[in-house]
Amino acid sequence: MKISFEITRETLTAHLNGELDQHSAGEVRKAVEAELKKRRTIKLLVLELSGVGFMDSSGIGLILGRYRQMRDAGGRLSITNAQPQVEKLLKLSGIFALLETQRRGRANG
Amino acid sequence: MDNRIKLEFLSLSQNEAFARACAAAFIAPLDPTIEELADVRTAVSEAVTNAVIHGYKHKPGTVSMELTLTGRLLRVKVEDSGCGIEDIELAMQPFYTSGTNGERSGMGFAVMRAFMDSLKVESEVGIGTAVTMEKLFSDKLRLEESKKRVKDES
Repeated sequence: MKISFEITRETLTAHLNGELDQHSAGEVRKAVEAELKKRRTIKLLVLELSGVGFMDSSGIGLILGRYRQMRDAGGRLSITNAQPQVEKLLKLSGIFALLETQRRGRANG
Repeated sequence: MDNRIKLEFLSLSQNEAFARACAAAFIAPLDPTIEELADVRTAVSEAVTNAVIHGYKHKPGTVSMELTLTGRLLRVKVEDSGCGIEDIELAMQPFYTSGTNGERSGMGFAVMRAFMDSLKVESEVGIGTAVTMEKLFSDKLRLEESKKRVKDES
């Protein structure tokens, strides 16, 4: 899993590239947490999923975990650019009811 | 076309990717749709992940996966000799998770059920768990022919 970050004012965008399963979810969580710790002014975390060709329910666990983390810190979480199969899983999980989603372009809060 | 393979691998999380890649390669001759292929990969990943983190609780063990193809019907059986499930009905409820450490969504069985045609879970405490799933693949050629016929007729 390749992860790159982009910061615009109070928004941290994490571009994920690879397959998101139980094996890779841990490293994504660690990387995102480390980045958030460095920048305490971040109010919106965006998970940009255009490069995620595979995701299973461990990815849902990761997203739920980041949602709680941002919410508890008074911030928000958004997911964007999910591929159709990833979107299918996200829909099944009902997670969209909690999150902001943007299908195209960059989420900027 | 009938076929069968059986694999055994260590209960390591990196083998989740290996197992779903094997399943994808096994069904490739059926020329599945992108969605069917992703459904099988996801369901296999869920079953193997369960064996690794719930069956063996990240401790070393052996997971076996048997793939059987009868015509266009795929059967996937994932087995572990781990701790077993005390209450299968409870474990299969969406959002229920016994995982106390780590971030689990509790969606594993719900995903297997939604993405495959059938799901059967057999388990005995202290003995292990077997998950059997089936999926019937669409016949692309026939689908295209019937689409064409509908188009021609209209």
